[in-house]
Amino acid sequence: MSVVDLFGQSLQVINIGLESFAQNLRQERVPVVQMDWRPPAAGAEGVGETPLRIDRKQANREAVDRLLRGLPVLTGVSTAGAVIPGMRKDLFLHAGPPISWERMCGPMRGAVIGGILFEGLAASEEDAEQLAASGAIAFEPCHEHDAVGPMAGVTTWSMPVWVVENRTFGNRAYCTLNEGLGKVLRYGAYAPPVIEHLRWMAEELGPVLALTMERHGPLDLRALIAQALQMGDEGHNRSRAGTSLLIRELAPELVRLKVKRKKLSEVLRFLHSNDHTFLNLSMPSAKCMLDAANGVEGSSMLVTMTRNGTDFGIRLAGLPERWFTAPANLVRGLYFPGYSESDAALDIGDSAITETAGLGGFAMAAAPAIVQFVGGTPQDALRLTQEMYEITLAESQSWQIPNLGFRGTPSGIDLFRVLTSGILPSINTGIAHKDPGVGMIGAGLVQPPWNCFQSAYQAYVQQYAATLSGNGDNQRIKEEKQ
Amino acid sequence: MQRLVVKKDQYRDSVSLMQLSLELKEGAGLEEAFVAMGVPANREILAKMGISKDQLDGVGPNDLLIALLAEDDASIEKALLAIPALMEGTCAQPEGGEAYQPRTLEQALRQLPQANLVLISNPGPYASGEARRALEKGLHVMIFSDNVPLEEEIALKKLAQQRGLLLMGPDCGTALLNGKPLCFANVVPSGAIGIVGASGTGIQEVSCAIARLGEGVSQAIGTGGRDLSREVGGLMVAEGIKALAQDSQTQVIVVISKPPAPEVAKRVTDQLVSCGKPSVVCFIGEKQQSNEGTLWFAGSLAMAASSAVALRRGETPGPLIQDDNLLERIATEETSGMSEKQRFLRGLYTGGTLADEAICLLEQEVGPIYSNIHKEKEFQLTDPTRSRENTIIDLGDDYFTRGKPHPMIDPSGRATRMIEEAEDPEVAVLLLDLVLGYGSHPDPAGAIYSAVTGAKEAARARGGHLAVIASITGTAGDPQGLQRQRETLERAGCRVMASNWEAATLVERILQDRAVRS
Repeated sequence: MSVVDLFGQSLQVINIGLESFAQNLRQERVPVVQMDWRPPAAGAEGVGETPLRIDRKQANREAVDRLLRGLPVLTGVSTAGAVIPGMRKDLFLHAGPPISWERMCGPMRGAVIGGILFEGLAASEEDAEQLAASGAIAFEPCHEHDAVGPMAGVTTWSMPVWVVENRTFGNRAYCTLNEGLGKVLRYGAYAPPVIEHLRWMAEELGPVLALTMERHGPLDLRALIAQALQMGDEGHNRSRAGTSLLIRELAPELVRLKVKRKKLSEVLRFLHSNDHTFLNLSMPSAKCMLDAANGVEGSSMLVTMTRNGTDFGIRLAGLPERWFTAPANLVRGLYFPGYSESDAALDIGDSAITETAGLGGFAMAAAPAIVQFVGGTPQDALRLTQEMYEITLAESQSWQIPNLGFRGTPSGIDLFRVLTSGILPSINTGIAHKDPGVGMIGAGLVQPPWNCFQSAYQAYVQQYAATLSGNGDNQRIKEEKQ
Repeated sequence: MQRLVVKKDQYRDSVSLMQLSLELKEGAGLEEAFVAMGVPANREILAKMGISKDQLDGVGPNDLLIALLAEDDASIEKALLAIPALMEGTCAQPEGGEAYQPRTLEQALRQLPQANLVLISNPGPYASGEARRALEKGLHVMIFSDNVPLEEEIALKKLAQQRGLLLMGPDCGTALLNGKPLCFANVVPSGAIGIVGASGTGIQEVSCAIARLGEGVSQAIGTGGRDLSREVGGLMVAEGIKALAQDSQTQVIVVISKPPAPEVAKRVTDQLVSCGKPSVVCFIGEKQQSNEGTLWFAGSLAMAASSAVALRRGETPGPLIQDDNLLERIATEETSGMSEKQRFLRGLYTGGTLADEAICLLEQEVGPIYSNIHKEKEFQLTDPTRSRENTIIDLGDDYFTRGKPHPMIDPSGRATRMIEEAEDPEVAVLLLDLVLGYGSHPDPAGAIYSAVTGAKEAARARGGHLAVIASITGTAGDPQGLQRQRETLERAGCRVMASNWEAATLVERILQDRAVRS
């Protein structure tokens, strides 16, 4: 290239800083993009400057390619004990990064107590609490068992689960069936009606849906989510369209089951009454797509973002199975009448897996119906999604946003882009009451703590920094040059 | 009354905040308004405004500070209410354009894939990082920001040179690329004269003179004031000359700079002599008018423009022609009403290069000129706010612009100073520049109108007459309109000359007349 080449071109300008310069150029009919420039975030100095021993960009291309090629298909309904790898009767899975009973927040503890009562491992709340604290029950993240769970995410042996398979890569993900709104286990409720409802789900709902799926055959969830996005869902806080589409798919087969009509009607009524039914399908869809990218050597793409009400945790494709955690944040949002921020639990649930895969907050622009949660106007929703393109590696080929000219959703969060841009992922989420059993008290927007990303970066550099050949010394080449 | 409001973690660009401060002060009728980020330098300014240290406890560089001074509480309340709308205004969206303002260069390029220039005016310490990213993506760069370290300037210019890209700046205020004015620049017709300039107002004065003489500009490449220093060695001036030599539209090349280091000057003139096109060089303050082959040396910006126009028309550059009779008549008219005491000049400039040029043109003819920007210590003002004898002030100098908008954007400081100068009974002449074009105040003539009439009235009240002489750097196509600005000044009683050189020539006549009488 040479300077003189510029003289033949029409001038097109990116303006960083004083906005009046951009306005003047527009007046002279020069195409201009004004940047919303801000100083680099503290702790992001020098990110990306350390020479690496792998081709990070190539690794990320491969990781995001595996994410985008994922084809989640609903294959059936089973129980946790029957299908979840490594499941045991004395193992309780939970949302978020690993956590001990002692550090669990109120809703998580309540859900564990409820799970114990549901499984008949104890007869009373006191006994249940004692059992949970005794060490006789193991607690492990859903994420470490190919599973995900909303809010507390407590998953036990007898619970029915959706089985979702990534047809491209053959891996699977599992998720419990959504319990509905109000007093429910995932918000830490364990009163007798909650346990009764869980039993109904295990004894009636699960088996009916299992039989329905056998008649229906595999259901393409990627296509269904694509439809739902065009109908105003974003795949996390709004699942009304997805739920409706699911019922449309299942109903014709469901009504042909040799089960009493009253029971079938109850099942349909329940699915219909709960807009979040489909959340428990968009989550495992995202999970099995991301798991296929896990382990790509050198990739700095996030494969997990999740919270347990105490900590927020992320994991990287290139550092498989390693958690990077920091204290969870408070959710900013709208509260139901009678509740306020002082009632709220900290950020909780595996549902941020949807954002990790390019749904939820990342697809906010598709869901004008719920913009009150993120600032109030459709413009806020558009801006939010557009911001997420800055930290992602690619755009989805299947999931599109009508309001952005059918642009694909921003997909594949890159750790480096987060750090250098200073833009944190935006997560749509429900807000749980901090006391067990009260339930959902609002919804809004939350961001991961910055520290997760900084510690992940340090670990990434430690793992992938170029080393001096021969002596095994991990000194950076850059330092040597200086 | 004073009031300080601190808004935590609300980063805003400092230049837009300066504009905001100005709009706030003018709009709400405050004594002073200062909206700025909480960096140490700004905290010092606040201390001078009477804000106590305690009020600034815990304030960090990412916090937005709003300090207001007013006669009464009501004005402060009114101003505070106006702030949100003014801030919105700084983020106005283009009509029908892309609403989203990207945070990263990658995203900006996705929105404008054909982008070929990145214009940078964010705070200096961050400017070079953005510039480097842009160069690495193959984009030309113009850095308006100052306070970029010299070693970073050199590194960026070497990188640009390797990649065949422009790195204009840092501290580059003016350029014209492919007919489009960038930052502080005038609307000049497209033509055959190419300019490379290390001085923004120098480029403006020359390009406007070219337009006035009926020719046009192919490209005007700004390099930033340090390019011809020994350290930078003229890297971008050399690149600019090379590109203009290759450019088929450019027939004549003009180089404008303050006098560079001698060995650098030699490199520039050697390159011009051998570039294959006729050329003009103006090292401001070097008065020789001569030529070396196809290279012509010009003693003033006006001369540089007229020489370039002559060369473009295949003629031999001659001396600048002035209408002696007319100058004589004006000088007589202006001096006839002056009192015995009146004998000194006060030049109040917004354009640094124009001030510099006026000093150089005048001091040989009328004796010492004191200034805040004089090269020789002997003639530097110890206190730039107090003039003595013959004085020319550059109001755009750091001393006056720390924490405040440049006088081209906010002419109110000059208006105040004009009134102050007029109080001195020994002052005979006020000499002014008026720079139009994009970036400048929307009505700079209107902004000093009452100062001109007031200053003249003050002299008249003492039984004298104050001459106010101005030149306008502008074109008919500028947003402010050359004709309208000229009429406003003339209505106020200004003598409006075609160029800074011509204005200086008139001043010379008047001062010589006064010297004879005293």
